[in-house]
Amino acid sequence: MHNNMPISHRAIAQLMPMHVWLTPDGRIRAAGRCFQKLCRDCDLEGRLFTEVFDIRRPRSARSINGLLKADGVQLQLSLIAPPHTTLKGVVVPLEKDGGVLINLSFGIAVVDAVADFGLTLDDFAATDLTVELLYLVEAKAAVMDELRKLNTRLQGARIAAEEQAFTDTLTGLKNRRALEHVTARLQDHGQDFGLMHLDLDYFKAVNDTYGHAAGDHVLQQVAKILVEETRVNDTVVRIGGDEFVLVFEGPIDMKRLDRVAHRIIERLEAPISYDGAQCSVSASIGTTMSSFYQSPDWETMQRDADMALYASKRAGRSRVTLAAIQDRRGQVASG
Amino acid sequence: MHGLINRSIQCFLQDTYGPPLWRSVAEESGVGGDGFEAMLNYEDRLTDDVLGAACRHLDKSREALLEDMGTYLVSNPRLENLRRLLRFGGSNFLQFLHSLDDLRGRAKLAVDDLDLPDLEVIDDSPVAFRLECRWHWPGSGHLMTGLLRAMADDYGALVLLEVQDARNGVETVVVELLDSAFSEGRSFDLAARAG
Repeated sequence: MHNNMPISHRAIAQLMPMHVWLTPDGRIRAAGRCFQKLCRDCDLEGRLFTEVFDIRRPRSARSINGLLKADGVQLQLSLIAPPHTTLKGVVVPLEKDGGVLINLSFGIAVVDAVADFGLTLDDFAATDLTVELLYLVEAKAAVMDELRKLNTRLQGARIAAEEQAFTDTLTGLKNRRALEHVTARLQDHGQDFGLMHLDLDYFKAVNDTYGHAAGDHVLQQVAKILVEETRVNDTVVRIGGDEFVLVFEGPIDMKRLDRVAHRIIERLEAPISYDGAQCSVSASIGTTMSSFYQSPDWETMQRDADMALYASKRAGRSRVTLAAIQDRRGQVASG
Repeated sequence: MHGLINRSIQCFLQDTYGPPLWRSVAEESGVGGDGFEAMLNYEDRLTDDVLGAACRHLDKSREALLEDMGTYLVSNPRLENLRRLLRFGGSNFLQFLHSLDDLRGRAKLAVDDLDLPDLEVIDDSPVAFRLECRWHWPGSGHLMTGLLRAMADDYGALVLLEVQDARNGVETVVVELLDSAFSEGRSFDLAARAG
């Protein structure tokens, strides 16, 4: 069966813009239009192929003789001159001592090669998917860029939403930001209120012994108790970690405030179970009331409640201290 | 309608007619203050409302507005990415025209939920073509006419374009290629610019 295909070099050049035709002694005889761009200013014709390319694989094809015998072998090679572009190729021998034909491709290095050698759409065969690959690289980059922008905007929106939120996400109590609103309102209206600072005792031990999940559970149970022990109009705030602020609005006296504080401590001291463990905490509390002050201002009251709280801590924890007021009315209260 | 298309309409209105017009259009049509997100999907109705509001404000027909937008998509420097992606279609206008058969597929390769018009190019003679546009949304013929006009300029080709009335949901653009090398056109470097 006659299966020799007569084909001109012109036709080969049409089909394979990256081919190179070597003479039997391994010199470049002719090449495709894309191949010629690999060596921008020099004439490749007549040069030894192995002077232009470093053949990395297979090792047997590194010499001219080996290359000429490498029928159908896949080559990995790179340009000896900068930018040392890597290429892959296939070698086939030509009949009647015509030398060999090598067809090359850039493989994944094509993105850089297009820039390095100033390649154009017409440098690639119409059947070559390289242009589609380049299109995809750019399209994907543009899409990724849009997605990155979207993510940045969403991230910004999330931060803004968090900043505006008034709720402590762990306990469902009000947060510090909400407290600012409450105090501003109270100050504007000038109505009487009681203030309680509460700091958990032995909470660190729960965290250290049973882990943060146990600690979070305890905080949630504490929050539940605080809500149960206050009225609807009162505000319970987790201002951070294991610190809470309670604002009692409306008619309230020293005795009631003290009673509520003691009941809270009593309930908090009941062990809280978590995953088989019994977590025990208590609380130190400092309280003060707006009626103690001639012109109650929030900052002073907070400081006084805080000092009372630390007095409770120093006195051995698990107790309530009423703020000692060096008040203009000359009233000194302590508990 | 895909956010990329809605976002394109938004950019077109903002860049061409100024931010105040866009704000009025967005407010009237119920688009949020930040406008469209390119990577989200929206109801077609919203796109219709935006275009409708823009037409009223500008006293322009929907067809004329879409044609201007097609031109804007190719010629505005802010959308250089898009022009580049279109230029991947071929090294001259004729090749580009034939590549439109694949436009929808190419777009899907990049963004798989992007639903572009289904285009078919019919060669009536070596210089006369018909571009048939099928889409779920009316106006693709005018959009493509504007886009083709700008792409012809980009390639330096001289063309005559005419949209025929829609028939059976197909909008046809008649393309007459008078001179494929009428001017130099704009350059296209296959290598993407750094950055």
